Amino acid sequence: MKQLLAFLRKEFLHIFRDYRTMIILFGMPIAQLLIFGFVISNEIRDANIAILDYSKDYQTQKIKEKILSSGYFILTVDLKAENEIDAVLKAGKAKLVLVFEHDFARKLEKTGKAELQIIADASDPNSAEILSNYTRAIVNNYMIGINNGLTTKTVVFTEPRMQFNPGLKSVFMFVPGTMALILLLISAMMTSITIAREKEMGTMEVLLISPLRPTQIIIGKVVPYFLLSFINAIVILALGFFVFGLPMRGNLLLLISESMLFILMSLSLGILISTVSKNQQVAMFISMFALLLPTMLLSGFIFPIENMPLALQYLSYLMPPRFFIVIIKNIMLKGTGIMFVWKETLIILGFTIVFLIASVRKFKQRLE
Amino acid sequence: MVDKYQNSIIKVRGLTKRFGKFTAVDNLNFDVSQSEIFGFLGANGAGKTTAIKILCGLSSPSEGNAEVAGFDVYKQTENIKKNIGYMSQSFSLYEDMTIVENIRFYGGIYGMPLTLLKERTNHMLNRLKMTEYANKLIKEIPLGWKQKLAFSVATLHRPKIVFLDEPTGGVDPITRRQFWDLIYEAIDIGITVFVTTHYMDEAEYCHRVSIMVDGKIAALDTPDNLKQQYNAKSMNEVFLQLARKK
Repeated sequence: MKQLLAFLRKEFLHIFRDYRTMIILFGMPIAQLLIFGFVISNEIRDANIAILDYSKDYQTQKIKEKILSSGYFILTVDLKAENEIDAVLKAGKAKLVLVFEHDFARKLEKTGKAELQIIADASDPNSAEILSNYTRAIVNNYMIGINNGLTTKTVVFTEPRMQFNPGLKSVFMFVPGTMALILLLISAMMTSITIAREKEMGTMEVLLISPLRPTQIIIGKVVPYFLLSFINAIVILALGFFVFGLPMRGNLLLLISESMLFILMSLSLGILISTVSKNQQVAMFISMFALLLPTMLLSGFIFPIENMPLALQYLSYLMPPRFFIVIIKNIMLKGTGIMFVWKETLIILGFTIVFLIASVRKFKQRLE
Repeated sequence: MVDKYQNSIIKVRGLTKRFGKFTAVDNLNFDVSQSEIFGFLGANGAGKTTAIKILCGLSSPSEGNAEVAGFDVYKQTENIKKNIGYMSQSFSLYEDMTIVENIRFYGGIYGMPLTLLKERTNHMLNRLKMTEYANKLIKEIPLGWKQKLAFSVATLHRPKIVFLDEPTGGVDPITRRQFWDLIYEAIDIGITVFVTTHYMDEAEYCHRVSIMVDGKIAALDTPDNLKQQYNAKSMNEVFLQLARKK
């Protein structure tokens, strides 16, 4: 025990002496979250729109008010004729044009149907899709309001309801993804680098010849980074909660336990990486190449897994962060309990065990 | 025979280590007695490192027996580790830690009581004339200092045997000489020194020298006897003759 404490003190000295790594360690998650949260955003606010209203009755007036007061749209041009639409879109004065047909209110009341055409500038397909969805949602909402009063006839619009994230806030996607990415990177990269450094400097030999047991060496390497990663997890969650208004619908304790399990998995992966890499550069390269890119691309962090080619979908099953992201989203956004995430939990546990067994085997091989 | 090696601290009998078909260490037999400086020479790849790994309890032999400090290399590696010290050519000090922090760390992993550790630290820093630099980082001190410090750290817990694996790589002859003063001080307090080196001038400082060629011990005697036997002026000539023979 005393030996282990001496070893831990040494590890913390390494960590605190290396202030550059410290900055990366704590600066990276914060910077990344802020970048993903504020800059790279799928969310659109204050989009310029134009309106061509042939009817100009009380119904179109109310719908317009609803749309413009939603905060998503700003009316830039009030069009008079159809032939102006093209010009407005081409000039980029509006991203979306709404066209109310003649006799909108009368048709709505008589037949229960009226037409609102949405013309979007699809040269940017993502925002076109998002803007038209917003508009449809607002109009639907309005219609539900009228129908409640009027009974009988309804206007049928397709209804894209954005469950759990009605504002389609992209930060809800990025916080879980960033958390998985950061925890994996820090835990795996840092442990693999510090173990590889001992090998490179020749101090590993001395440690192995000393009365320290290999398990003590591994524990001594893992504990400090476990603590650091854990603090990081809390910082990311707090940022998500306080800065980005991410809801915490499920059990916080469950979320923290799942995070600890994921950190442990990443640490065992780090040990495994270190056993196959000769020096720090190799360890760093493997961590970056084998962890950062696949996590970004295949874990469902940025690109939805359902949209991937089938082969890549299968490949994504090998990405532990994929399962962790599902767990975080389930707990935070949907508020579900262990009953809904036990499968993912078991999978991460499985990864941990496989990595640990493989590392111990490799470790022993190296000694021989 | 038995009487002669009664107080031998390392006993090696028929020690063999094979990796697949390759025999790295082939039927070694030797004894090292207490307070002896035992030189373990050989070209690169002659099997020195493999033999040292076995004696330090890091690896098990394929055949034969060996006892280090009275403990068996098959079953009592834990005990062996507690009773030996080790210094490699990379000096194994942590560059981003101070002199005192390094000493405390090694004292700590060998389980030394804090009061004893402090006492020895002070004594050691005095001896090395480094007291005023105690809080300097290792990366800020010269190579020769690191080397002396690494040796002192390796003997801090007063092991029965200290293994030195090419301890003087990359330093000038004067610093090497000063380093050997420390080795002589260590044997004065009863520590046995087991040293490998490339420098033949250092071989002359050893009490006895063994020369390994292709996994076998080709010669083992005092430097003077070896020179006489091979009709050579220096250990370097002895070494060359043995290495050429194959």
